[in-house]
Amino acid sequence: MDGSKFDDALTGEQQIRNFNINFGPQHPAAHGVLRLVLELDGEIVERCDPHIGLLHRGTEKLMESRTYLQNLPYFDRLDYVAPMNQEHAWCLAIEKLTGVEVPRRASLIRVLYSEIGRILNHLLNITTQAMDVGALTPPLWGFEEREKLMIFYERACGARLHAAYFRPGGVHQDLPPELIDDIEEWAKDFPRVIDDIDGLLTENRIFKQRNCDIGVVTEEDIQEWGFSGVMVRGSGMAWDLRRAQPYECYDEFEFQIPVGKNGDCYDRYLCRMEEMRQSLHIIHQAIEKLRAPEGQGDILARGKITPPNRGEMKRSMEALIHHFKLYTEGFHVPEGEVYAAVEAPKGEFGVYLVADGTNRPYRAKLRAPGFLHLQAMDYVAGGHQLADVAAIIGTMDVVFGEIDR
Amino acid sequence: MSNALKELGAHIEAKRPDCVLSWDVTRGELNVTVALPNIVGLVEFLKTDATCRFTTLVDITGVDYPERAKRFDVVYHFLSMYQNQRIRLRVACREEDMVPSITGIHPSANWFEREVFDMFGILFTGHPDLRRILTDYGFRGYPLRKDFPTTGYTEVRYDEVQKRVVYEPVSLVQEYRQFDFMSPWEGAEYILPGDEKTEDAK
Repeated sequence: MDGSKFDDALTGEQQIRNFNINFGPQHPAAHGVLRLVLELDGEIVERCDPHIGLLHRGTEKLMESRTYLQNLPYFDRLDYVAPMNQEHAWCLAIEKLTGVEVPRRASLIRVLYSEIGRILNHLLNITTQAMDVGALTPPLWGFEEREKLMIFYERACGARLHAAYFRPGGVHQDLPPELIDDIEEWAKDFPRVIDDIDGLLTENRIFKQRNCDIGVVTEEDIQEWGFSGVMVRGSGMAWDLRRAQPYECYDEFEFQIPVGKNGDCYDRYLCRMEEMRQSLHIIHQAIEKLRAPEGQGDILARGKITPPNRGEMKRSMEALIHHFKLYTEGFHVPEGEVYAAVEAPKGEFGVYLVADGTNRPYRAKLRAPGFLHLQAMDYVAGGHQLADVAAIIGTMDVVFGEIDR
Repeated sequence: MSNALKELGAHIEAKRPDCVLSWDVTRGELNVTVALPNIVGLVEFLKTDATCRFTTLVDITGVDYPERAKRFDVVYHFLSMYQNQRIRLRVACREEDMVPSITGIHPSANWFEREVFDMFGILFTGHPDLRRILTDYGFRGYPLRKDFPTTGYTEVRYDEVQKRVVYEPVSLVQEYRQFDFMSPWEGAEYILPGDEKTEDAK
């Protein structure tokens, strides 16, 4: 009695073939231009084939014909939810090859803005994922805070999204003290907002029904599918590049790495909530360090790869020539190859840079965390209901800017 | 850090001398050059060996060197979350060479290999589903090869008469300009106008 001989006992209505549906590319829960070809058995997902590349802009090809500095703004357009974290990886790669030491103040500003980026990302992810599973209020509250953070971006570099603020050798401009005061004031108030969102979601019955035990990822899956970031930490592995392979000056900051227990969507949500609190903790420390006497000074390692300061450029002939050559020819990066990775909010964002000694990269490969996460979609979503697909896409934190490149 | 990497490199070479062509530690990164047919064996060894445990595949990509006989480098990055180490494997291959797929060991290699195939046209043997991934449906050519023009060969627009998107050959109003700002003091390989009259240029 293996059940295979029962074809004749089924009526025509009962002989149901699997149903293929096309999810996206225009779907609010697809978080961009994701096209999923889903094979459904009733409401259960049998197979899931993501079609990506609808937002492919050929960034890597374009980068090969532009100078290192001209390539920097492309990084804002990868993960446009937390732009500065991507720029960070590019700057680190160049600094590793050229051997430039970043001044302390610039390093602290980078940490400060990377953590602001992390909060920007997690706010968007948590709240829109909640919207995917049926809660409408969180995104409205979250976006209000994102707006405030975007204004901090604007006040530092003049742009709300496409910052181009981190530069090889430091950051573009110094922060005025009032901005630091305002960031501190905001950081003191922000726990209230986290608590509000916490109150809306954490013990919400519908939210828990939609997220608990959905998309469970084990430690083995992490290795098999190359996950990083919250996808790893949600399953109980305390893996964070900021701690494991410290870059910038993260080694002198005190913060905890939250980990989940079950590796489901709900634990990943909890991890993100706690990470925002930890980021706030880092922000407070960074502000304190920026105000200390050691935190003062220049924000660019003055030399070949950075522009001279404005006053000097207006007065010295050599500085003027240097300024002109830097922004036309760009700087030369010594031959070699390097891989630099940062703990971006979504996971490990890496840049593999092959330099040939000219002013343009010979090859730059951008390693986006979402690419690997989305790849595992077939594995993670298989056996779940169609409605859970939206929850899983949300928790994987995919953004098509970085996946399609 | 660098000493540990050197020990690791020596360990890998001692255990798998047939796979490793050469290895070095530069800028705190371990690079291993691997023979093309042995890549799968080495990757499996790196994954299972207790001192390596490179269980996470970080990245697979290609680099094109058109002037070389073995035109492409396929570059693998691995990470060990347990040993907290990284490693880079490099395999040189000809245009017509087939690279053995590592999807059997790392399922996450699937899309990476598809991307390398899409961008460079390198074929992987044993890959379950070697389709294009990032480029358009029905795309031709391999965009990240150095001989592929940045502008591509076709452009698309919506045709009001046919009521659909049409593909046309690229027509540029002006030639695509590659600005050359190379400094005459460093890097430039050409003779500046006027310099050919001097004695040393002859």
